[in-house]
Amino acid sequence: MSTNIDPARQESAGNAPASAASTGAPVTGAGVSTATDAETTAGGDAIDTGTGRAPGSSATVIEPEPGKRKLSTAKAIQEAIAQEMRADDSVFVMGEDVGPYGGIFSSTTGLIDEFGADRILDTPISESAFIGAGIGAAVEGMRPIVELMFVDFFGVCMDQIYNHMAKIHFESGGNVQVPMVLMTAVGGGYSDGAQHSQALWGTFAHLPGMKVVVPSNPYDAKGLMTAAIRSNDPVVFMFHKGVMGLGWMKKNKRSIGAVPEESYEVPIGKARVVREGTDVTVVTLSLSVHHALDVAEKLEPEGISVEVLDLRSLVPLDRDAIVASVSKTGRLIVVDEDYQSFGLSGEVIASVAERQPQLLSHVSRVCMPDVPVPYASQLEYAVLPTATRIEAAVREAVAK
Amino acid sequence: MTLYPELTDEKRRELLNSMVLIRTYEEAILREYHADKSPGFDIGAGLIPGEMHLAAGQEPVAAGLGAHLTKDDAMTATHRPHHVAIAKGVRLREMTAEIFGRETGLGRGRGGHMHLFDPETHFSCSGIVAEGLPPALGQAMAFRRGGGDRIAVAVAGEGAANAGAFHESLNLAALWKLPVVFVIEDNDWGISVPRAQSTSVTSNADRGAAYGIPGVRVEENSVEGVYEACGEAVARARAGNGPSLVEVHTLRLWGHFEGDAQGYRTDLEGVPGRDPLPTYKQALVDSGAITEEDYNVMTASASERVEDAIDFAKASPTPDPADALDYVFSEGARS
Repeated sequence: MSTNIDPARQESAGNAPASAASTGAPVTGAGVSTATDAETTAGGDAIDTGTGRAPGSSATVIEPEPGKRKLSTAKAIQEAIAQEMRADDSVFVMGEDVGPYGGIFSSTTGLIDEFGADRILDTPISESAFIGAGIGAAVEGMRPIVELMFVDFFGVCMDQIYNHMAKIHFESGGNVQVPMVLMTAVGGGYSDGAQHSQALWGTFAHLPGMKVVVPSNPYDAKGLMTAAIRSNDPVVFMFHKGVMGLGWMKKNKRSIGAVPEESYEVPIGKARVVREGTDVTVVTLSLSVHHALDVAEKLEPEGISVEVLDLRSLVPLDRDAIVASVSKTGRLIVVDEDYQSFGLSGEVIASVAERQPQLLSHVSRVCMPDVPVPYASQLEYAVLPTATRIEAAVREAVAK
Repeated sequence: MTLYPELTDEKRRELLNSMVLIRTYEEAILREYHADKSPGFDIGAGLIPGEMHLAAGQEPVAAGLGAHLTKDDAMTATHRPHHVAIAKGVRLREMTAEIFGRETGLGRGRGGHMHLFDPETHFSCSGIVAEGLPPALGQAMAFRRGGGDRIAVAVAGEGAANAGAFHESLNLAALWKLPVVFVIEDNDWGISVPRAQSTSVTSNADRGAAYGIPGVRVEENSVEGVYEACGEAVARARAGNGPSLVEVHTLRLWGHFEGDAQGYRTDLEGVPGRDPLPTYKQALVDSGAITEEDYNVMTASASERVEDAIDFAKASPTPDPADALDYVFSEGARS
């Protein structure tokens, strides 16, 4: 039992020096130095995703070289789940259409063929009942992965999520763990309207007791899913439909990328510099990472150097990595597909303002304005944080 | 008071003893709760702060149900949890320390009386109406996967039967034939709203039929009636035959919470006469199952246990404010 508030534990996940925040090539290459990450992890005692692991599991591999094999994000998620299910009988999947259909956004394709209906459970449309059942199973030592088909549906089951899944560990004084993954699809851009297009990660991150991860690419998706399943805490795993590599939706070119065949973890709570730059920092996550990278590539010939930081996790938030990047560029743009007010973008800016306000010569936001997501494509793309809006924000920032 | 012929005197003494322990406990918490809240009532003041929902009058449900359960079965309960927690065998000292908000409590003072978690007896409760049902399903899933005959019991009030989570849970438990028993405590009142004003059916047990599971209503607030009904439901679940629903028409002897003047309550005058404890005691004396002396020994022994738990709580340290941010996560910390 901790006897004091340890200041280090209140800082961001990696309490290693900010300079150790991993850097690497753009996500297309997923080129992360293994050595750097090993050091960062060893120095950050806040990251300990391996404890409580079932006996017999092999040593934890953290962010290995990506290799040459390419997978879509959806396949990377499926592979992470399958590998953990092979290694640990207590892992199972539950949700709507996760069985023969394979998940509406292909998060569970093929799993029922290998693991059967006893471990890949299609549920009724009863989100409170089956998310609550996941909680009860986790409390008794199982490791459920429960899919909430669209994050927008949280309204019908939020009590189980934020009053139970997220609070039991705390209310029990640490005596009861809830090692559960709540997997859910987020994001818009395909005219699905106001009830099927939201990001909403800020809502989950705002409420204490849930870790929240939001991968932008196949490599991180596999590693974060593996870390989420192995975590002894509840983890909300939010995948954007636009990064899954689905055949029936406009595909992002980086939704297929190199993924190691072996099992590995991407540590929860660690951001990643996916493109280094010197003029302006774009802090973002999920699909918006790719828009930011597109803008960075476009502006490079003009001599505008954009650094792109992919947060990857919201809880814990890697504030060190944010401050480290802004300390280099002096300009901060937050790009967030979630609603602008009272959310992630303000939190990112506050992280810098509270620690190093003198660093900030420019701050701006490219977010979803405070409006429900419109249906008509012309309207939806007027409010999404598109590459066009990001480019304008970058040009404005560097013009100062 | 109906007595069931097949019960032995020894079992009857056990049931009465359980009811006595619960009543003694609730009376002691009542005393401690109000001890330092006068002359003006300040809900946040005193050794036991906050809302306090006591279960006096509902002992028959707890005792009759608890008698069929083992430490390894799971139970989820409500905002009014003490009686069923005691009947489930939750550690009395640690539970009391939690109610007093002490570091030695079940939740180290983080939970409080509506949020008791005892992993040793697989007991938990939730302050949100009907939301204790879904987690019980998952506990039952885990038990079934582990083999054996462990079951999960979800206890809820009659108000919960009008909430969505109740219906979702009954359907899913029935669909998957989970080893679950749903127990509804119908104490006639949803805080101040009488049951007739909130519920479209006269018996919530009838709702079992909607999900193809047995539903039984125990009309008399009788521990032996509960014992019999729950015995069948528990046996059915243990045998792998799926869930059941039992509703007991019980009695809220006191207010919804302490400080509730119950001005809305039209039945108040008749309430003391419906107290199930003296009724059952008298029935057992009359039947020869116990003597007055036996009963005195029971109450003295219960007092000793309860006062020991209260002494333990009072002697325990309060949590250190410096630890207020602990236990959000088991690994790492929120940044």
